[in-house]
Amino acid sequence: MNYEPFVISFKLAALTAFILFCIALPLAWYLSQTKSRSKPFLEALTALPIVLPPSVLGFYILWALSYNSPIGAFFEDTFGVKLVFSFTGLVVASCFYSLPFMVQPLQNGFESINKNMLEASYIAGKSKIQTIFAVALPNMKPAVLTAIIVTFAHTVGEFGVVLMVGGSIPGETKVASVAIYEMVESMDYTSAHIYSAIMVGLSFVVLLSVYIFNARQNRRFGL
Amino acid sequence: MIEINVTKTLHGAEGVMPLHVKLNIQEGEFVALSGQSGSGKTTLLRILAGLEEAMGSIKVHKQVWLDAQYSLSVQKREIGFVFQDYALFENMTVEENLLFVTKDKPLAQHLLQITELDALKKRTPNSLSGGQKQRVSICRALMKRPKILLLDEPLSALDPAMRTKLQNELLSLHKEFGTTTIMVSHDPSEIYCLASRVIILQNGEVKNDGTPKEVLLKTQGSQKFSFEGELLDIKKVDVIYVAIVAIGQQLVEIVVSSQEAKNLKIGENVRLSTKAFAPAMTQI
Repeated sequence: MNYEPFVISFKLAALTAFILFCIALPLAWYLSQTKSRSKPFLEALTALPIVLPPSVLGFYILWALSYNSPIGAFFEDTFGVKLVFSFTGLVVASCFYSLPFMVQPLQNGFESINKNMLEASYIAGKSKIQTIFAVALPNMKPAVLTAIIVTFAHTVGEFGVVLMVGGSIPGETKVASVAIYEMVESMDYTSAHIYSAIMVGLSFVVLLSVYIFNARQNRRFGL
Repeated sequence: MIEINVTKTLHGAEGVMPLHVKLNIQEGEFVALSGQSGSGKTTLLRILAGLEEAMGSIKVHKQVWLDAQYSLSVQKREIGFVFQDYALFENMTVEENLLFVTKDKPLAQHLLQITELDALKKRTPNSLSGGQKQRVSICRALMKRPKILLLDEPLSALDPAMRTKLQNELLSLHKEFGTTTIMVSHDPSEIYCLASRVIILQNGEVKNDGTPKEVLLKTQGSQKFSFEGELLDIKKVDVIYVAIVAIGQQLVEIVVSSQEAKNLKIGENVRLSTKAFAPAMTQI
């Protein structure tokens, strides 16, 4: 049994979750605090990947990252990085695809925090960044955990975008979901069964642990 | 001296209302800010703290906090703020809440001892009672040794016994730290006990400004006592008229002449006073 696709899936998911957390944190904070009229536009833009068919997203990303587009050409000429049909390209595509799953829980988390608590921190002389890390994030642990885990799980579960942007290069871009698709196509049902069962089991355990953690947190804070 | 001259347009429940307040407050004064809800009290505190933008100017001990071109950031204003809902940092213990402001352990220890919180310093806010939380909040506000201490209805959510206790603590802290204190309060007894000056705001403007005795005491001249209340009803009983008046939480019956009954309108605010006899006071 070859478990490489699982390793690639989890590597991709972990990297995506890490990069997205860094990108989504300032974005979610901005969305939670702003009263600007551009807020609905930004929110709609961030939520797009939820409703778009993965093929549409995959097509645009493919088009934007290929050597024929300025972005793809820039990366290949300057850094020598090929963004399509490579692991790096998959990470970029996953970051677009999973963006709302990171931004929305974080934004909800920030919005749920008592505004006076944040203001008390400013009055104590702390900057916005100090306030986010010392006051806001520690008081919304369930939201942070949900954001990271759901992004991770969602990236493990992606299929369409991965197939379009990464193809199925063994050891490079062949993730578990694509591997299962190919096994079914070649009628290797035994392997497909084993792979699928592993996916179901892992996903369930991950989600279960999130819900158990959140229930405990809520009980501790008497909510 | 704190010189305040600020203007802001408020969007309240009753539409747009201009807030325009011009005040000079002496260093070390204990000012009570009172007035109906929606009159702009909390907004004024928030403008002073720099939590809300406003036009005009604020000068504190000759230092400009706000003028036409400049606004000192919240972080740099030397204020302490006590929120009505305490707003403690829930992820920190009582002691950490204080030390988050400044890493001054002796001061934190001193404040915790005065307010009898020493034994609770390792507890987190969610395990404290309302009175304890409010004490932590007051201590936290004093950790910066602020020039101005702003309190937004700090004691309104507490029971009467706790209020009296905290009032005394507030007064002694105000004296010890030499802050200028501005407190929003609705409770006349609280204002009388604590404040050296009362400012009543109405529809965004200063309506009344003076010592608690001048502003709050309703008896004047030879009146023995005087109450304000709302006229609820006038009934004709045989040949006399009886008016029902609500004073605070109590209803009283007053006999009025037919001439008086004609001039009074139900729903009006009325003043009851007497000077003919000495009122008797007994313990309940």
